[in-house]
Amino acid sequence: MPQLDIFLENLKISVGMFIPEFVLTATFILAILFDLIFKKSRNISGYVALLGFIVTGIFLYLQVGTNYRAFADLLVIDGFANFFKFLILITSILVVLMSLFSKELYTEHRKLGEYYSMIAGMTFGMFLLCGASNLVMIYLAIETMSISSYILAGYTKEVKRASEASLKYVIFGAISSGIMIFGISLIFGLTGHLNLFEINKFLATNDVNIFALGVSSLMIVAGFGYKISAVPFHFWTPDVYEGAPITITAYLSVASKAAGFAVLLRFLKVTFIDSIPGSDSIWTTLSGIDWNFVIAVLSVLTMTLGNLVAVWNTNLKRRLAYSSIAYAGYLLMGVAVLDDTGAASVLIYFFVYMLMNLGAFYIVMLIANKIGSEDIEDYNGLGYRAPVLGVCMTLFLISLTGLPPTAGFIGKLFVFSAVINAGYLWLAVIGVLNSVVSLYYYVKIFKNMYLKDVESQKPALEYSAPAIILLMVFAIPTLVFGIFYGPIVDWANNSVHIFLGH
Amino acid sequence: MQDTIGFPILTWLTFLPILGMIFTLLVPSGKDEASKQVSNTIIRWIAVVVTFIQLVLAIIVMFTYNNTLSGVNELSSFQFVEKIPWIKATFPLVGQFSVEYFIGIDGLSAPMVLLTALVCFVAVFPSFNIEKAVKGYFAMYLLLDTGMMGVFVALDFFLFYVFWELMLLPMYFLIGIWGGPRKEYAAIKFFIYTLVGSVFMLLVMIGLYFSVGSFNMLDMMDLSKYLQGSIFEGTGTTIRYIAFMALFIGFAIKVPSVPFHTWLPDAHVEAPTPISVILAGVLLKMGTYGMMRIAFPMFPDAVGYFQSFIAIVGMVSIIYGAFCALGQHKVGAKDFKKLIAYSSVSHMGYVVLGMASMRPEGMAGAIFQMFNHGTITSMLFMIVGVIYDRSHKRGLDDFGGLANKMPVYTGIMSIAFFAAIGLPGLSGFISEAMVFLGAFKTYPVYTIFSGLGIILGAAYMLWTLQKIFFGKLPEKWAGPWDPTKKKYKHDDLNALELTALVPLALVIIYLGIVPSPMINLMSASVNQLIEIMKPFVLIGGQVAGM
Repeated sequence: MPQLDIFLENLKISVGMFIPEFVLTATFILAILFDLIFKKSRNISGYVALLGFIVTGIFLYLQVGTNYRAFADLLVIDGFANFFKFLILITSILVVLMSLFSKELYTEHRKLGEYYSMIAGMTFGMFLLCGASNLVMIYLAIETMSISSYILAGYTKEVKRASEASLKYVIFGAISSGIMIFGISLIFGLTGHLNLFEINKFLATNDVNIFALGVSSLMIVAGFGYKISAVPFHFWTPDVYEGAPITITAYLSVASKAAGFAVLLRFLKVTFIDSIPGSDSIWTTLSGIDWNFVIAVLSVLTMTLGNLVAVWNTNLKRRLAYSSIAYAGYLLMGVAVLDDTGAASVLIYFFVYMLMNLGAFYIVMLIANKIGSEDIEDYNGLGYRAPVLGVCMTLFLISLTGLPPTAGFIGKLFVFSAVINAGYLWLAVIGVLNSVVSLYYYVKIFKNMYLKDVESQKPALEYSAPAIILLMVFAIPTLVFGIFYGPIVDWANNSVHIFLGH
Repeated sequence: MQDTIGFPILTWLTFLPILGMIFTLLVPSGKDEASKQVSNTIIRWIAVVVTFIQLVLAIIVMFTYNNTLSGVNELSSFQFVEKIPWIKATFPLVGQFSVEYFIGIDGLSAPMVLLTALVCFVAVFPSFNIEKAVKGYFAMYLLLDTGMMGVFVALDFFLFYVFWELMLLPMYFLIGIWGGPRKEYAAIKFFIYTLVGSVFMLLVMIGLYFSVGSFNMLDMMDLSKYLQGSIFEGTGTTIRYIAFMALFIGFAIKVPSVPFHTWLPDAHVEAPTPISVILAGVLLKMGTYGMMRIAFPMFPDAVGYFQSFIAIVGMVSIIYGAFCALGQHKVGAKDFKKLIAYSSVSHMGYVVLGMASMRPEGMAGAIFQMFNHGTITSMLFMIVGVIYDRSHKRGLDDFGGLANKMPVYTGIMSIAFFAAIGLPGLSGFISEAMVFLGAFKTYPVYTIFSGLGIILGAAYMLWTLQKIFFGKLPEKWAGPWDPTKKKYKHDDLNALELTALVPLALVIIYLGIVPSPMINLMSASVNQLIEIMKPFVLIGGQVAGM
């Protein structure tokens, strides 16, 4: 039976390719076990998680350059997935490190074993999502990461806001999964396939009812839109971001968004783009749905609403939540052009966004540790009371605005380059105007830190050396990649080819 | 490429202030009041030394500069060129993405480099009065210095843009922290206005990159290097007109030309004296320099299309700015500083008019006017600063009869005032005369109307002179001893103020009598620039070259 032999051979290789995910699973279990065994130490599961992530990273590094359809096309291992897996893994490591300094997590009578193991679990779900090439696999991966993230969002359960956030997150999540699975069933009915490659082949050779196809694929995109918090699927974002512990807010704003963008790009490219062998850097849309326009409209709505609402919010977590919505909009600009340039610009921008957004949230956390507030009015004079934090916060905010010589400018430069190269001038103009609006509310933060309460008589805020070193891990690359960004661009360029299976 | 002295002098000129900034940040701030004073003094003198070395370097550059080389769009005739690959990466579909660290100067930028070094040096002295957060102040000041110098030497558009944006943040803080009562409003207004202009510049820059395949400004000026089918290929296309307009507005915000000028009075009124000096002395020139370096030679066809519009913008700025300045005598806060700010709008209008003439004398006059306005207005702002420091007032009606009490001050002041009016024998006269000579040949009607600006200028300046320096000293001003400042309210200029004002006064007088060194510096480049523009634009009279 040669059929079975091929299957077994594929399975054998696939299991070998799955080692990073196995390590994550082991990390998930070991983090809980160690927490139960070493009851005295509250950090032990965090260290286990860190170690597990580093080992995962090593195995992930060994996979660089592989292109393989594993587990009978359920998962794909390719450069594109690899890039996002690295991104998610780095975010997880940084968030675990941030958590070690968090005051709100380390209150009395709270065990953190589950917290760190849930981060490992969520990472596992996002890893699956990065490579998923089957609609059911996509659905399962989204659920895996979502369930972990619901728990994490409400982890500080004695805080009323957190419980509310978690509940809201669950309800919105359930609805969006429902919509998505409905869309999946419709596509299955239309094409008879769940595998993205097969659906693509079917669309290339058969005529499908465009209305039904459009509705069903929009339903699926709505599910992704929920993960990346694109307008109009963003309603949960501000409340959850405000209610969740800051570390988790930071985590959701980067990692789960990254996974969402990975699957969105893969879904659009593999399903709807004509996959003629040898011409895979030119994207031709199948099936008559004008995806460029659909995504461009989503992008404009997302960034405009995110930026305009952010102006009115005085809670910093909430303001950064809206800013992360706006960022989903900028990133969608890169998706909207639907070509390799756009995809590469999304990768570049995401890497940069990870650094500066995590950095900004980290500073909000450090300051909340000392002053117990995230309100922008309480930031008056902080630039003088905590000079290093002030300078770094200014750097992150300038980078988020997209001014040189910071990494944020590079991200913006390449996204706009992709948009202009594809000829979407109107989209570029809306994009730059949005970044001017964003300047206003980012500046307001360091305005309060520096322009108010100058020569403050309040005591200086002291931070431990490790906390400052971790801050430098965010700040130095934000500056350095603004000046020497060649490596990121090259890495993105090498990772952009989504494996189509030939 | 002329590497005249075998030493990366422009890099030093540009990054020396950053080095100084690092030194200032390393100075430990003292725990008690006495050691704080010591560290503040060290920081101030670091700034003096750094900007002085920068000025010396700039003077060395001027003395070794070869006047016969034109630059503009010829790489071979740029001087002090440094060209090093900076970023090399691959980008899908686009292919090689490369940025160069490419700097050099020609006749367009050489006067600006000297001006930047000069103004940054003299503005350190009024900065000695800053008592609040001294370390932060000088760190920002030096960062701003680097940003401005970088703009004038960059020949790679990407590099230019980085420097252009680099000065936004220090300027925001300098106005916002050390400014007057409405500093927050003024600072954010400045920031947002400039950013609106520069984001459109960013889009045009990206478009140009895709059209040429590099960020090299000289390639962007060469229409034959534009790729087939690229966005800005060909001449006279709508997209090129739009792109030119985007650039022009971005630069006009900086100049500032009417109607994009409203940030300027606010910023000037709120900024501390030295920052007003830098703002008027150097920052505004970045706008007109950008037009000359980027907007004009890269889009000559669009300049031809919009040429009379540009001239009208210049004319309107001259007249409107002058009327606003005159109005300060009658309405509103009657603020001396606001008057000077509006006079800047008016005087920068001459620059725009001169450039629009496309005549050699008009264009050279425009650059010369940029330099002269830089020195004259710097002096005027310092003059306002002197009486503001003594009285914490700067209303036009708050003073009188200062000529008797402060004779040295009045003497120095009158040099700046008469130079601003355009009195022969002082530098302002030469440049304004050149602008009018050139502009009259191309646009006689606009030029005649612009002449109104000179009359109005004489009116508001002489009126100010009369109100503040002649007549009778009001009672409230005559008080003998000011305990807060520990000096007589009508003390004459002290050594610091003289150190700042005298060099500028000497430059103004010298260039008024012997303008040829400055004009020779730029003439080859001006002719070259007009050579590029010639096929597309209206040039009045016979062009003989200079």
